[in-house]
Amino acid sequence: MQSTAHDFKDNVSEALADPNLQDSLAMLKVGFSERRRQAAARLPEFEALRDAARDIKNHALANLDFYLEEFERKVLALGGHVHWAPTAEDARRIIADLCKSVGARTVAKSKSMVAEEIALNEHLEKIGIAPIETDLGEYIIQLRHEPPSHIIAPAVHLTKDQVADTFLEHHSPLGFTKRLTERNDLVAEARYVLRQKFLDADVGLTGANFLVAETGSSMLVTNEGNADLSNTLPKMHIVLASIEKVIPTLEDAAILLRVLARSATGQESSAYTTLNTGPRRDGDLDGPSAYHVVILDNGRSSVLGTEMQDMLRCIRCGACMNHCPVYGAIGGHAYGWVYPGPIGAVLTPQLIGVEEAGNLPNASTFCGRCESVCPVRIPLPGLMRHWREREFERHLQPKAVRQGLALWSFLARHPKLYRRLTGLANRLLALFGRANGRYGSLPLAGGWTRYRDFPAPPPGGTFHQQWARHGGSRIRP
Amino acid sequence: MSDAKARILNGIRRSLHRGELAGASREAAKARLASPPQGPAVARARLPQAEKVALFCQWAETNNATVARVTAADVPGEVASFLARNNLPAQAAVAPSPELERYDWPSQKMLSLRRGAGQGTDQVSITGAFAGIAETGTIVTASGPDHPVTLNLLPDTHVVILREDDIVSGYEDVWARLRQRYGKDRMPRTVNTLTGPSRTGDIEQAMELGAHGPRRMHIVVVRE
Repeated sequence: MQSTAHDFKDNVSEALADPNLQDSLAMLKVGFSERRRQAAARLPEFEALRDAARDIKNHALANLDFYLEEFERKVLALGGHVHWAPTAEDARRIIADLCKSVGARTVAKSKSMVAEEIALNEHLEKIGIAPIETDLGEYIIQLRHEPPSHIIAPAVHLTKDQVADTFLEHHSPLGFTKRLTERNDLVAEARYVLRQKFLDADVGLTGANFLVAETGSSMLVTNEGNADLSNTLPKMHIVLASIEKVIPTLEDAAILLRVLARSATGQESSAYTTLNTGPRRDGDLDGPSAYHVVILDNGRSSVLGTEMQDMLRCIRCGACMNHCPVYGAIGGHAYGWVYPGPIGAVLTPQLIGVEEAGNLPNASTFCGRCESVCPVRIPLPGLMRHWREREFERHLQPKAVRQGLALWSFLARHPKLYRRLTGLANRLLALFGRANGRYGSLPLAGGWTRYRDFPAPPPGGTFHQQWARHGGSRIRP
Repeated sequence: MSDAKARILNGIRRSLHRGELAGASREAAKARLASPPQGPAVARARLPQAEKVALFCQWAETNNATVARVTAADVPGEVASFLARNNLPAQAAVAPSPELERYDWPSQKMLSLRRGAGQGTDQVSITGAFAGIAETGTIVTASGPDHPVTLNLLPDTHVVILREDDIVSGYEDVWARLRQRYGKDRMPRTVNTLTGPSRTGDIEQAMELGAHGPRRMHIVVVRE
């Protein structure tokens, strides 16, 4: 999809002023994140499982080429096919050719963030093939021509009423002319409309949560069952997965599954976890006759061996965004590309460039909640800090920021001058009054006070002055 | 090797500052695939069989399935009664499995059964199960001529017949059984794990049942 990450600041202003979005985001605090806390508390082994999950992904990454080749060998042995796609364009071409080879007119799609990443829908439409999103959230936003705003709940930015309006608009030509007010009625209507599309689809396209090298299986985790209809009913099943999805064994999958659902939605287990291995077998009464796996790199291999490698452990649970105060205030669309929230702030500069997405890693308070809930313990604040350093090195920040930082670093290295200047600033700020404990506007600080108050220094002078007055002394070790 | 494959694999090796995986690392990775190490054990499901069955039932109900515990002789009666209790038609698509033929279906005169794959119009399906997972109340099915996957997905109501002996602690026990039954090089085309009926949290994060798969799951746990 087309990135708007460079417009991050404008996107944020819009998001903050959108009342529907703010209503939807308010539910995050009591929804996924509270349920995650309860699920983690119910399982005494949860922290040990997180450690194990981290170690499994680290091991897989360190041996990635080996496990990918093993995976391929197993898929081929059971009559499946593996396609290697170094770039997004390669993946689009491979999938389009596969669809054309069976004369496909429609593709039933199960939610895939990698498909969003390579802008697959736009490409299929261009060549006359209709992609049908079947995950309820993806279906809703496909009708609205919007990108997803969350990696596991793509329509989390919408209220029930907005969904009701969207369905009324798009389903009334099909005879559904009543505006629905209950969630379960909305779900039932989408089920009815999509069922026929499943039965008619020529190709089913899914992502994969994991590729299991031991057995050559793709593993999919959903709640709706849409991925399973997608990989069962059409005559061809295409799996689109990026290279870092491969894990060694089924035992490893068991560990990862235990932390995935709990971290994502707070469920003990998702409703459907499915292991697909090759095409339909002799004697089977259903299932696709062709099974293809498209393995996408798209820049990931170059992250290996760098200080950013940890980001490749991500299992796409969404916990980091569910717990992020910035995501909670602005939602997913403001991030401007496929992956929002803290993991998006780390992945997006990698995948589409720090020039385009350099603002995203700046959108963090470094509160550390994302890292504290990440099931594979990705040090997200540390990785964001790394991008900030890159941005600084490459002179991508505004002049005022660079000069400000240069001045501060000079002062920090000259403590006497620093103290004298801060003492002076403290007295000057007092002239503007400190009754409220904050300033709504300040000379030279318009860039700050346009959006937020500037905190007033407490009475009694600077920290150093108070320290000296209270007889503080340095303890030497 | 295709050019694209070589590009990706060589890219990975370049980044990892090595050539093709070799020596002790390669042997370690091969050993891991040959005999997968176990992760941290989850204590709650490591129980004697009777308690394991009880835990399975408890979690299945927590996950919005309904559960009935009966003897083998009572299976057909329980299924017919479940359908009647819920105002469902007394007809169902049944997995063509010899395991299910052990039950005395003709004893239920009103019950009309069709053996075969699921169809879009089926309201009820009846299948067996490869295993049940006590840790989460999860049903495991393995596809094959005796178990079409569509039966798990298309009907509004899925009735699962699960033998107590097939209830195990966790996923790891299921993997061991799959390897034993099929061989690790020949997993069934599809292994489904089903934890309660289909659901979605996509509208306002509130879980609603019956998204695309069955709206209702009834598990008949059979004492042998």
